[in-house]
Amino acid sequence: MNVLIDNSELFVTGFKNTGILFVISAFFALILGTIVAGMRVSPAPAMRAAGTLYVNAVRNTPLTLILAFFALGYPKLGLPEISFMTAAIVGLSLYTATYVSEAIRSGINTVAVGQSEAARAIGLPFMQTLTLIVLPQAFRSVLPPLFSVFIALLKNTTVAAGFSVFEAGAIRAYLSERGEPLLPGLLWVALIFVLLVLGILTPLQRYLEKKWRVAR
Amino acid sequence: MSSVLFDVPGPKARTRNVFLNVFTVLVVVGIIAFILYRFNESGQFTAKKWEIFTFPRVQQMFLTVIGATLKAFAASAVGSLVLGILLAFGRLADSKWVRVPCYWFTELFRAIPVLVLMMIVYYGLPSAGVKGITPFIAVVVGLILYNGSVLAEVFRAGIESLPKGQREAGLAVGLSKGQVQRIILLPQAVRSMLPVIISQLVVILKDTALGFLITYNEVLYYADFLGSQGQYGSPVVPALMVTAVIYVGLCLILSGIAKLVESKMSSRVKVVKTRVGLAG
Repeated sequence: MNVLIDNSELFVTGFKNTGILFVISAFFALILGTIVAGMRVSPAPAMRAAGTLYVNAVRNTPLTLILAFFALGYPKLGLPEISFMTAAIVGLSLYTATYVSEAIRSGINTVAVGQSEAARAIGLPFMQTLTLIVLPQAFRSVLPPLFSVFIALLKNTTVAAGFSVFEAGAIRAYLSERGEPLLPGLLWVALIFVLLVLGILTPLQRYLEKKWRVAR
Repeated sequence: MSSVLFDVPGPKARTRNVFLNVFTVLVVVGIIAFILYRFNESGQFTAKKWEIFTFPRVQQMFLTVIGATLKAFAASAVGSLVLGILLAFGRLADSKWVRVPCYWFTELFRAIPVLVLMMIVYYGLPSAGVKGITPFIAVVVGLILYNGSVLAEVFRAGIESLPKGQREAGLAVGLSKGQVQRIILLPQAVRSMLPVIISQLVVILKDTALGFLITYNEVLYYADFLGSQGQYGSPVVPALMVTAVIYVGLCLILSGIAKLVESKMSSRVKVVKTRVGLAG
């Protein structure tokens, strides 16, 4: 308990930055992931190929390597300088977007073809078919995997600690600098993650799933 | 081909698709060209920055560190599969005293970031007096605890998705409960969950790169070391490019083997599609 109270400002700043990383990366990952999912179900073969290439390349690369590229490699390219925080956000968004796109794409694929054929048969144009018929149904089956993706993102933010971002994963380094006992400190970090995941995100997921469940 | 979103294209749609194709190719080529231009402008392709990769010593070291990555992967994969099977059986046990602890074990270790688990083992335990913790042990233990818990859920979902008759028939011919689980349920569950198990193995392979952050001497760690060699022009970007090729190559080989095994097995059994969360 003492480690937590004596160094409360470390824990507060650390988890605040974790929260910032999580929210901003989730936002951009959702946007980029939706665009990539759209490309992967597009009628144009080149768009599908580009989407597939992006997803396969990024999914087979470790997140640590992606973050290493933006934190260590990017500054060598002579482009406008970015902070380590921004670098981490860019890396996390690019990485998570592939998982978001896969969740959305598989959700769209679960909607039966007959649904949109019926919609077209009664004369709905493309946008209405998409927004009134397909997406509302796809959204429900996308929700559980999408939540898993965001839970993974929250845990993945800790990797940024290795690249000069002061967030939850970096609390250890500051504690050892102060000569505080490391094991209790790290266990507190783990416990807070457990509370965030099992106490907030998972119940929220269950609640939303229940709310939007439909009888099939 | 009619999909859920699009009808079979007519003449108008076909023209539009051609336009979309050209547009996409232009954008992709543009992005790649910009990256190459930037790399070239900042001197990433100069001979000086690549010279270090031509040294036999460096190439040998690359083989050594790839070996270290594969060693951590193999140990973690085997450990996670074993732990996963044990926990899955634990969660399906009749006794509450086994079921409940196994449930909490899987829930807890899936909620803690792998990196934090590795740090607890590598920095936390020695500070509490445990001796003999190497980075290798920390990487493997962290990966096993996390992926074992994830795989436990996968195995459990696989066993529960089997028809009830399988278990009943096994009991009816006089097998014990343990035998039914071992020789009737588990093999079928593994086969039907194979795609999910494989993608989790790819996750393990990728996550060995976390070892870089706790000083395990694997591919990324060595690349970082090469990148800091000032007398060869600090080839950070070339080193990261080589690392990326190695990791993507290893993952593709693993996925390739997986597809081979899968196609051999799927001719005999229907693959159950489930929705076990696997991101990470």
